Amino acid sequence: MTSNTETEIRVFVEGVLNYFDTSMQQTAECGTPYLALNQSPEISDYTGMIRISGKRDGLVFFTAPKSMLCVMLMRMHETDMSHHNLCDLVGEIANTLSGNARRDFGHRFNISVPAVVHGRKSTVEYPADTRPIVIPIAWRTYHARLVVCLN
Amino acid sequence: MSQAMAHRLMVVDDSNIIRRRIERVQDLPGVEFVGAARNGREALEMHDQLRPTIVTMDLTMPEMDGGECVERLMQRDPEILILVISALADKLTAIDAIEKGARGFLYKPFTDRQLNNALRKLIE
Repeated sequence: MTSNTETEIRVFVEGVLNYFDTSMQQTAECGTPYLALNQSPEISDYTGMIRISGKRDGLVFFTAPKSMLCVMLMRMHETDMSHHNLCDLVGEIANTLSGNARRDFGHRFNISVPAVVHGRKSTVEYPADTRPIVIPIAWRTYHARLVVCLN
Repeated sequence: MSQAMAHRLMVVDDSNIIRRRIERVQDLPGVEFVGAARNGREALEMHDQLRPTIVTMDLTMPEMDGGECVERLMQRDPEILILVISALADKLTAIDAIEKGARGFLYKPFTDRQLNNALRKLIE
């Protein structure tokens, strides 16, 4: 892993942890990052994603199980656990990742608006010749993943 | 406008959970929630009917983004108080919003206290 990649990953990890600190008023913990053994790390029920182009090409996504997102909505005193709101929540997390990337990487990157995919069987298209880096995110008893894949 | 007068709050954000959260969380005396719009175009349509005095405005939205909506609301009502609430955390974005007429900028994610403090500063 190059120092550039480490810096970029740190920005995204801090973005996710800050989201939990601020919106949930509880700390989430980052596990040990690892390289995915194959091209397609497992994705969870709901995934919020941004695509990056420019100096680097690739994608970054936060993927979490429905149960975790429901409890997150409850922490926000939201009573509507509909599919629409669950998509909204992962979209907002991806939106935060996008905002942090714009702040810290400036014009080196073009960053897409967040996209949301639903379902564990959804297909994610990764850039060629890359191996995704998976960062486990633990909050309460729940486990999500942040995946960074940049060439 | 004095603090004793009622302020009318409209929320503009494409995220349902953010719209509902701002409606739920804001607890300033004299501030009444009057409605929410999902994008800039809808906000302009609702403006004539709701006559908000305060608007919270997301930036990245479909159909019409927050920057354009800020400009058009300011043309209609130069006294309107607009708080931009956005995940776009770079300074240039904040400066651009202020130049278009917004009176404040709050970064997402935000705490309940940060939201109320930002709204309080807006009406003081």
